[in-house]
Order: sequence, then structure tokens, then C-alpha cells
Amino acid sequence: MLEKLKAFWRYIRRLTGDDAYEQYLKHFVENHTDQDGLTKGVLIPLTREDFFKEWQDKKWKGIKRCC
Amino acid sequence: MHKIFKIIIWIAVLVLGVTAVSAIAFNRGESISAMWFITAALCIYAIAYRFYAAWIAATVLAVDETRATPAERLDNGHDFIPTNKWVVFGHHFAAIAGPGPLIGPTLAAQFGYLPGTLWILIGAVLGGAVQDMVTLFFSTRRNARSLGQMARDEIGPIGGAAALIGTFLIMIILIAVLGLVVVNAMKHSPWATSTIAATIPIAMIVGFYMRNFRPGRVLEASVLGVVLLLLAVVGGGWIEHNQSLRGLFDHEGLTLAWMIIAYGFAAAVMPVWLLLAPRDYLSTFVKLGTVTLLAVAIIVLQPHIHMPAMTQFTDGTGPIFGGKLFPFVFITVACGAISGFHALISSGTTPKLLANERDIRMIGYGAMLLESFVAIMAMIAATVLEPGVFFAINSPAGVVGKEAVDAITKINSWGFAVSVEQMNQLAKDMGESSLFARTGGAPSLAVGMASIFGNAFGKSMLALWYHFAIMFEAIFILTTLDAGTRVGRFMLQDMLGNIWPKIGRTSWMPSIIFTSTLVVAGWGYFLYIGVIDPNGGVNILWPLFGISNQMLAAIALCVATGILVKSGKSKYAWVTGLPLMWLVIITSSAAWQKIFSEDIRIGFFAAANDLAAKLAAGTLPPEKAAVAPQLIFNQQLDAYLTMFFVVVLWVVIIDMLYVTYKYLVGKQVLPITEVAREPSCLVENWVRD
Repeated sequence: MLEKLKAFWRYIRRLTGDDAYEQYLKHFVENHTDQDGLTKGVLIPLTREDFFKEWQDKKWKGIKRCC
Repeated sequence: MHKIFKIIIWIAVLVLGVTAVSAIAFNRGESISAMWFITAALCIYAIAYRFYAAWIAATVLAVDETRATPAERLDNGHDFIPTNKWVVFGHHFAAIAGPGPLIGPTLAAQFGYLPGTLWILIGAVLGGAVQDMVTLFFSTRRNARSLGQMARDEIGPIGGAAALIGTFLIMIILIAVLGLVVVNAMKHSPWATSTIAATIPIAMIVGFYMRNFRPGRVLEASVLGVVLLLLAVVGGGWIEHNQSLRGLFDHEGLTLAWMIIAYGFAAAVMPVWLLLAPRDYLSTFVKLGTVTLLAVAIIVLQPHIHMPAMTQFTDGTGPIFGGKLFPFVFITVACGAISGFHALISSGTTPKLLANERDIRMIGYGAMLLESFVAIMAMIAATVLEPGVFFAINSPAGVVGKEAVDAITKINSWGFAVSVEQMNQLAKDMGESSLFARTGGAPSLAVGMASIFGNAFGKSMLALWYHFAIMFEAIFILTTLDAGTRVGRFMLQDMLGNIWPKIGRTSWMPSIIFTSTLVVAGWGYFLYIGVIDPNGGVNILWPLFGISNQMLAAIALCVATGILVKSGKSKYAWVTGLPLMWLVIITSSAAWQKIFSEDIRIGFFAAANDLAAKLAAGTLPPEKAAVAPQLIFNQQLDAYLTMFFVVVLWVVIIDMLYVTYKYLVGKQVLPITEVAREPSCLVENWVRD
């Protein structure tokens, strides 16, 4: 039961974009990090604030809502 | 054994569905339970989803669950992200479900409950859901390209340009008609106006919270916002009863229209994080919550429908809009059955998140079935009202007269019982001074919803429920208005950028102001005319919107049919070809009537000529004579606009037919632009969370 509630909560967070930054960090670690855990070159992940700004501005560039 | 069991279950669903549809269709009693509607809808959806949609996915489209989707191949952690199918479904549904399926069925209830209900069910299952699903599939196979790009790549430059211009014009008409619906709900209603006004600072508070105070904490901010919204509904009641404050929010329609125009401009120029994005969170939460609540209330309370199956207005003499059952019921229901707009979401936005092709049926077809179900609930909420009350709320003053007594006499003469006292009591219950001539669908839907909720939670809260329902509709109408103006601005910048590159820079302030002004002036004009029109404006704008929306759907189905034929699947082309043919028939005949009909309540030119003759003869009352020149010009403009829509539609169809003809006789056509197959690396039971 508790597991189901937790899964539901994760679903809500994913749906609303509440965990978007965590997802971004995960993606960053998976794709932009060397084997030894060091960050490649000068690339460092955006801060939570910067990421959110970019994410939000990007989201509204196209047709997102209709009749 | 297991198989036999399944067959028995599906036969039971079929029998139940047929029973429910017959009950709805052949009921001629005083009233009928709403449960028949819900049962008919659920059975039809289940059968269509299980059999027709599955067959389309497996045989016509041949979805390949081992093939990598654009979200997997182009995963960049920003817009291309393979996402859990339920999350994609949620995003897709939130994007496609707007105010359309609430307003369309409410207006179509003028013909009685039956025609609208049948079309909502049949149109969605055979047309709308198919369109959404095949567009999603073709876009997924083409790196999530937009409908306009696909039209250009597969059919030719003419189809691409038509899709672009069509989309832009639909946006303008849509925003105008939605603005008009909000104005009609707010005029001389301090409660509604103050509640709707309060949504603006509330959205800004939420915006600041998400951007600066607790960046990215979307859920916390949204919960805060929803609580504030509910307080705003209650606070509006306090303002209504406060003699010094209520004057601030008690306005004529025209004043409110100018306020909406100013607001639309400000919202389009302001950064998204301040108003648009936070409002969208709130509207999505409120929308999903209210729709769920309404579904639960209808299933638990099983209200009775009082509207007759068919009214005498199928002959075209209806008070809300003129025109016969065919083709106007199809044009009016619009989004609840087929919406061309969905093709814009199904191409471009949703495919960027889709993790596996096998989910195309659930997301494309399934989400549209849910939207159709919302339309069915709107139809129920509108038709639980006594028909006399329904027509008293929705008939414009220009048709039934300005005075309550005149309106009631007129409505009684149609055979619908309603009295002045009844309407006064209803207005009092709902916390309004009057409910007459609130054309547009929002107020009658709100009264219907309030009476359903009121039965569950007590009559004393009717006024609160009414204004909650008004707030609920207004908040996502305003979101569509903001978002639409902004998209219109981007499209205009893109188009004008071809002529003058500097205009195309989306962040250049002079360009933002210039293009936003043009877009707002476009819809502002139609809104202004709609408000000064004594016949309510909705009678002109909603058919225009319906025609344009169905035209866009026809363009999407043209693209899909063209691709099916070019993929060597001509024998299945009827899957999109038949709904396309039907749409062409209804849009063309509706447009023909709107242009050439001699009936002044239908034909644009006929109305313009009639008004001009009356103006010349001096028989118009002074207040009508003052606005007559504008109305005449507008009717003529609408006629040319309709002509333009039909011409665009036929150009795309002929273009598509020519391409398929060339393909079938073996001549050179544009190559199919499907991206080559790459195997998916995502494991079978993969869930990304």
C-alpha cells in the first residue's frame, strides 16, 4: 500500500514537473560524466534556479494549449 | 475457457451499449436518467478502443514496439525525453482539453440532447480519436515534426502554407469567441468579475514563488495557488454584498471587453513565468479536479435530463444560433468530437516524450475518448436544466427582447415553461442579479453544474458552486487566451521574419510589441463586434470557429491520407479518408450556407444587406443604427473569411488528391520522409522513475 502511494506521489511529481531538476541532474550524470565521476571539460550542471528558468521559458515556445 | 470468458464479456458490453444508445435515442418521456448517457459512452469507447483502435495500430499503422522513438534517439534531457506513458498521457490530455468541449455541446443542446450526444460519441470514435492517433504516429516516425512541416514535406509547399495560415486564423477566431464567453459571464456580475480579476494576482504570486522564492517547487506553489483561488471565490461573494466595493466590479460588456483586450496584450508581452506558466498550472489542476468531481457527482447522483431529445429548432430557427441540424450540429459540437487543433499537439509536442510506439493508441486515441467524455458531461450539465431555463439563459436579448417579461413570453410561446419569478429566484440562488441573455454556454453550464453539486452538498452553497464553475471555466479560457496570443505572436514573427529578418527575432522588444499588437488587434476586433452585436455575437463567432476548426482537422486528415497512400497502404486509406470526406461535406455545406443563405440569421451577406436596407429606410432604433455600419462591415468580412477557409480547404484536398493520383499511376512524388528504423535500446518493462 505504502509502495503504491509512493509510486503515485512520484507520478504526480513527474506529471507536474516538480522533479524536473532531479531528472535533469540524472540525465547530466549519465551523459556528461566520465567513468571516474569527474565532470567532462568545463561542463557543470545548471543550478536549480537556472535550470528552472530555462525549462519554463522553453516550455512555452510552441503550441501547448488548445481549445 | 479464458477466451470464451472474454468473448462473453465483450458481447455483454456490446448489448449494454446498444441498450443504452437505444434508450437515449427512443426515449420520448418527460425525462431520462443521465446514467444512460454515461453507460452508452463508456460502452462505445471500450469497444472502439479495444477493437477499432487496436486494429488501426496493429494493421493500418503497424506500430513497432522495438523501434526507437525520437524521444529515445534524440534524448537531450530538455524537450526530447522518453517518459512514462501515464505521464505523457497526462500532459497530452491537459494540452488538448480546453474550454471547447464544454461550450460546444452546451450550445448544441439547442437542438435537443440527442443530435449532439450522438455526434460526440460517433465523431470522436471514428474521426477525432483517429485523427489524433494517426497524426501522433506519423509525427513520431518523422522526428516529432509539426503538422505544417509534414504537410510541406509530404504533400507540397501549398499544403504547408495552408496549414500555417489556417492555424493562425483559427487562433484569432478562437480567442475572440472565448473572450466573448468570459465577457458574457462577467457582465454586471461583481462576484464573477472580482473572482476572475483575482486570478491574475494569484497567478503572479504563484509565479514568483516558483521562480524566486522556491525555484522549481511546482507542487507547493500550485497547492498554494489553488487555495488562494478558492478563497477568491468566497471573497467574491463578500464583494457582491459590499455596497461600496461592488461598484468597482460591476461593468457593461463593452468595458469588460476592453479590459480583456488590455489584459491579453499585457499577458503576451510579459515574461511567461510571471503569468502564463503559473496560471497554466492552476488551470490544469482546477480543470482536472473539477472534471473528476463532475464525473463522480453525475455517477453518484444520476441527475435527470429534462431537455427533449429533439427540439423544434432542428428546423434552423433556434435562438442561440441560426441554422438547421445539418450541418450546424457538427460545426457547433466541434472539439468534443473532432478538433483540428489536437493535430498540432499530437505533432510536435507529445511525440518528443513518447518512449514507445505501442503507447500511441493509449495516448492518441485514449486521450481523445476522455475529451469526448468531458463533452458528454457538459451535455448532461446543460440538459439537466429545464429547457425553459436553458433558453432563458442562452437566448440573446436581440432575439427574445431585453425585458424579462418579453423574454419569458417569447420562450413560453415556443412551448417551454418558465416564469419570471422562477428566473429571479434562480438568479438569487446563484448570487446573480440576472441570468437572462448570458449567451455563450459558460453560465448555463455553471448553473447546471451548481445544481448537480448543490444536490450533493446542500442548496445553501448554490451561489458558491455557480461562481466556482464560472471561475473554473474562466481560468482556462484565460490560459488559452494568453497562450494563444503568444503562439499567434510567434507565428506572425516567423512569417514576417521571411520578409524582414529582424522581425523574426522573437526576443527583440519592438518586434514583440508590434506583432503582439497585431494579434491582439485581430481577436480584439472580433471580440468588440461580438459585444456590440445585439444578437449576442456568439451566433456569428462560434460557427466561424467551428468551420475553421473542422477545416484544420480536414487538413490533418488530408496529410494522413496522403501519407497512407504513399506508404503503399491505399486499401486502408478509408480509415482517414471517410472522416475526411464527412468533414469536407459538413464544412463546405456550412460555409456555403453562411455565405449564400437568404435567411438573415444564417447568411452573412443576407444579414448585411438586410441591415443596410433597414438603415437606409431609417427603421432601426437609434442605438442599433449607431452600430449598424460596423455590423454590416463585419458580416461582409465574415463572409469573405469563410470563403477563404473553404478555398484553403479545397486547395489542400486537390493538392492531396493530385499527389495520391501521381503516386498511384507511378509518377514521381515527394519521397516519404519517415526516419529509418533504429532498434530501441530501452528494456522491455522499462519505466523511468
